[in-house]
Amino acid sequence: MRTHFTRRNALHGLMGALGGVFTLSAARAAKAAVQKVFVSTQAPKGYDPTQHKWLMALDIEQCIGCGLCVEACKTENHVPKGSSYFRTWIERYIIKRPRPGSSEARGETLVDSPNGGMDGFPPALVPREEILKSFFVPKLCNLCAHSPCVQACPVGATFDTPDGVVLVDPNYCIGCGFCIQACPYGCRFMNPETKTAEKCTLCYHRITRGLKPACVEVCPTEARIFGDLKNPVADDPIQKFIEKNKLQSLKPHLGTEPRVMYAGMDKEVR
Amino acid sequence: MALEMTNSIPVALMTHIDGYVYPNEQHLLWSVLIVVYPYVTGLVAGAFIMASLVRVFNVRELEPVYRLSLLTSFAFLLVAPLPLLFHLGHPERSLQVMITPHLSSPMAMFGFVYTWYIMAVLLLELWFDYRKDFVEWSKTETGIKGVIYRLFTVGVNDLSERSLRLDARLAKGITIIGIPSAFLLHGYVGFIFGSIKANPWWGNVLMPIIFIFSAIVSGIALCVFVYMTMCWIRRVAADDHCLDAMGKFLFYALVVDFAIEVLDWVHRLYEAEESVHVLKQLASGKLFYTLLVVQVCLGTLVPFLLLGATQLFQKAIAMAVRRRIYFTSALLIMVGVLAMRWNVVIGGQLFSKSLRGFTTYKMELGGQEGWLVSLLLMLLPFVILWVCVKLFLPARPALAENAAAASAVVSRV
Repeated sequence: MRTHFTRRNALHGLMGALGGVFTLSAARAAKAAVQKVFVSTQAPKGYDPTQHKWLMALDIEQCIGCGLCVEACKTENHVPKGSSYFRTWIERYIIKRPRPGSSEARGETLVDSPNGGMDGFPPALVPREEILKSFFVPKLCNLCAHSPCVQACPVGATFDTPDGVVLVDPNYCIGCGFCIQACPYGCRFMNPETKTAEKCTLCYHRITRGLKPACVEVCPTEARIFGDLKNPVADDPIQKFIEKNKLQSLKPHLGTEPRVMYAGMDKEVR
Repeated sequence: MALEMTNSIPVALMTHIDGYVYPNEQHLLWSVLIVVYPYVTGLVAGAFIMASLVRVFNVRELEPVYRLSLLTSFAFLLVAPLPLLFHLGHPERSLQVMITPHLSSPMAMFGFVYTWYIMAVLLLELWFDYRKDFVEWSKTETGIKGVIYRLFTVGVNDLSERSLRLDARLAKGITIIGIPSAFLLHGYVGFIFGSIKANPWWGNVLMPIIFIFSAIVSGIALCVFVYMTMCWIRRVAADDHCLDAMGKFLFYALVVDFAIEVLDWVHRLYEAEESVHVLKQLASGKLFYTLLVVQVCLGTLVPFLLLGATQLFQKAIAMAVRRRIYFTSALLIMVGVLAMRWNVVIGGQLFSKSLRGFTTYKMELGGQEGWLVSLLLMLLPFVILWVCVKLFLPARPALAENAAAASAVVSRV
């Protein structure tokens, strides 16, 4: 039988093909949603993420800016060398005294983080008598409850885990960098070797095996407090820290609801 | 001087930092390729809107550029995804955006918006518009051209009055769908930037609207440029009524675009949020040349005055002068809109999200993110357009009459 090629037939065929394309992608989207739950992480077999809720808090008063945490993080997680790749870093804030006769309560704020604070900090260039106060602020992924990075990822390669961590699947990331632009805290970077987005994982490979994150492990002053909200231990440090301190988070006006909390944070910290 | 890995080629980079930027923000992530992407997409949408003026709004003066603007839109649309693709860290995974789209991400919509636009709007519209010509050309042309035309008829050779009328009606319907689609295509590009609340230079509700109107302006300017260049190459006189009409629409679109961008600035300065200081410094410092000199003065105010003069004193200005004014304004506007894309994309990454400092960007010459690749990507659509014009917009009188007759049918529907 000879096929009649009419416009009606051609249109029907075209509509069918278009319909197929759209249903297929919808079905695949549904499949991806299911897959997302089973996406590969560095957790050991048998680890149940629904039984934990990890959290880190930071005590600014305790941080001495030694940079051990930054170095430990770089080593533990094979973070690329170079002064523009950090999963965690330390900022030094120097708040100057107001100029004499000025009506301001505080003077200019100077912030620096040479090499992410990994090698410690050189003496400040500001004369001592001009400094009103100075402190260190460790920075890391803020573990947002409403992460803009997760929202922005076009393929779902970055995701919230049920135990409170935000992870990137390096085998699925397409390297578009949208999540890096979306993070208000500058916590993400493009790994120049893998060409995928990278960030703090709270040392997921360690915490899921009962260890502490590398930065917490090496901190000499206990400025980083880490714990599992679902499984408090006796005299739990993170519970005590939350009870004892007035806590703040970074850039709360953006509505990202960071879960990482800071004690003793000044208004200048951004 | 720091030795950094960029695109896995070690390059000695001088990154000058003023104030404080977060360590991960020192090097720009989105470079000149991402400047080219919204520029090209905008030209696609703008050229299509230009074509729709003929088909939907019956602006008959513009008939001589109807097909040319459709083909222009098509040529640029073919190139639009390339800068994005080249920029990806893993281009081989790019199809994941369509296979497993993350629906909360505006970027995940790219594949769908793009596919919809090219398959359901442009290709269909072009086909219905050209079907009659394909059939006729396939009978007269031989050789490769003949084969191409025969392929494009898809075997539908019915040229009865009824079927031609149906063609025209369907094409009109598609254009009506096409207008919101063109707005969607470029409004969505604006949304990609406008939805980034982390970045005060981008995160702005007006962003999609600014993008749409700058797209329309740049698209009409591109059509003026392409039309006048084509006439010059073919040594034929450009249609003066058509040029005047294009000049008029270019002027109106420019007025609306400029008004919205001024509103954006007035709003920012009046609200004076936390970020206003850093944005003011950005505009008057790092972006002084590209924003104030190129985008505002050369790309907006000068064409505004030139085109405004042709609108006010059309009778007093000789056609030869008007032609030059249209051509110059079109070129200036195209450069201005390119500068606008630069100011958005590069400008938005020059300041730190800590709002405490600035970094610098120096374009590389070679490599994946170098300006050579971008330049090639900007020239590629013109090459495609040249092929399209050779194939589908013949200069020979007999075929040109056919085309004119076809667009006459269009305007009667």
